[in-house]
Amino acid sequence: MSGGDIAAIFQGAIVTVTLSLIGILIGLPIGLGLALLRWANVPVLARIVALYVSVSRATPLVTLLLLLFFALPNIGVPVSPTSAAVLALVMNTSAFNCEVWRSALANFPKDQYEAAQSVGMRAGLRFRRIVLPQIVRVSLPGLVNEMSMLIKATPALAVVGVVDITRAAVRIGAQTYKPLPPFLVAIALYVPIVFVLVSLQRWIERRQLAAKVAA
Amino acid sequence: MIHDFGIVWSERALLLSGFANTAILSALSAVVALLLGCILTPALMSKHQAVSGAARVFVDGMRCVPFLLLAYIVYYGLPSLGIRFDNWTSGLAALIIYNAAYMAEILRGAWVVQPREPIEAGVAFGFSEIKLFRRIILPPLLLSAGPVLGNQMIQIVKDSAFLTIIAIPELTHAASSIQSRHYVPFAAFITAVFLYWGLCLVIEAGVSSVGRVAEARR
Repeated sequence: MSGGDIAAIFQGAIVTVTLSLIGILIGLPIGLGLALLRWANVPVLARIVALYVSVSRATPLVTLLLLLFFALPNIGVPVSPTSAAVLALVMNTSAFNCEVWRSALANFPKDQYEAAQSVGMRAGLRFRRIVLPQIVRVSLPGLVNEMSMLIKATPALAVVGVVDITRAAVRIGAQTYKPLPPFLVAIALYVPIVFVLVSLQRWIERRQLAAKVAA
Repeated sequence: MIHDFGIVWSERALLLSGFANTAILSALSAVVALLLGCILTPALMSKHQAVSGAARVFVDGMRCVPFLLLAYIVYYGLPSLGIRFDNWTSGLAALIIYNAAYMAEILRGAWVVQPREPIEAGVAFGFSEIKLFRRIILPPLLLSAGPVLGNQMIQIVKDSAFLTIIAIPELTHAASSIQSRHYVPFAAFITAVFLYWGLCLVIEAGVSSVGRVAEARR
C-alpha cells in the first residue's frame, strides 16, 4: 500500500464526514419540524408523519438509497449519486430525530407551558424561550447517538458509487491483492470519529445525571 | 405503474425467498448475538480489571466501526490470513459478532439500574456466581431491557441489508435483481421497503407482548 493509497482513503474520509455533516445539519431541523407536527396533532399531517417515521425507521439505508437512485430518474427527476446519498441520509436520520424530539416534547411539563401562556407569551416566543431550550437539553444524548448511527450507516452510500472511506479501502484492497492493510487504515479513521461522538454522548449523560443529583 | 407491480408479483418467488433469507439471517443472528451478549455482560461487569477491560475494548471497538466494514474484513480480509468463509458464513458471523457487542452493552445498561436487593438476597442465600447470574440477575434484565433489545433486533434486520453487497441473496438483493432484470425500480424497491416494514412491525408486536409479560410478573 503506497502513500497515494493512504491519501485516497483520507479523501474518502473527507467524503464520509462531509456527507454525514450535511445529513445531520439538514436532518436535525426537519426531525424537529416533523415532531412538532405530531405534537401539535395537526389533523391529517400528524398521521402521515407517524406513518412516514414508522416506515423510514424500518427501511435499511441501502434499500432506501437504491429506491431513490433508480426510481427518481424514472419519474423524470434526474439525481446524481451524491444528491441521492444526501437525500437518503436526510430521510433516514430525520425519522429517527423526529422520535427523539417527540419523546422530549411528550415529557415536557405542561404547567410551564400554561404559565408562559398566562403571562401572555405568543406561540412563537413560547416555543423559542420556554420549550426549545429545555427539549434540546433532554434530546441531546439521543441526537448525538443518532449522529454516530448515521456515520456508521454511510458505507451504504457506496452502492450508488459514492467513494467514502469503506469504498476507497475496498478498491485499494482489490488493486493490491492485500485487503487487510487498507481496512486497518479505514478502522483507524472511523474509530476516532465515532468514538468522539460516543464519548460526547456519555459526557452529556453524566453531566445531566450530576445536575439532577445536585438539584 | 400497476403493470410494474404486476411484474414484481410475477417474480414473487424470488422476492419471498429473499424475504425468508432476511428473516432467517436476522432471527438467527439476533438469538446467537443475545446469547453471546448474556455471556459478555458479566465480563463487562467483572471485578477483574483484565476481564472487564478486554470486554470493554471489544464492545467499544464494535460500537465505533460500521457494520459493512466488519463484514468486508471477515469476507475479504480474513482470507489473506488463511481463514476463508463463504459469503453466508461471513455475513452471519459478522452480524453475530457485531451485534453481540451491542446486546452486551444494552444488558449492562439495564443491569446498572437494577435494584440491588434481590441480588444481595441471592448472595445471602449462597447462590454460586453463575447460578446467581442465571437465576436472579438475568431474567429481570431481559424483561426490563426488552424494548431496547427490540430496537437492536430492528437494527439487525437493517444491517442484514448491507450483506447484499457481498452477494447474499437477501431481500434487497432480490429487489435489485428484479429491478435490473425488468427495469421496475420503484415497484421493486418499494415492495422491499414494505416487506422490511412488516418484519419490523412483527418484531415490535413481539416486544410489546414481552413487555406485557414483564408487567404481569411485577
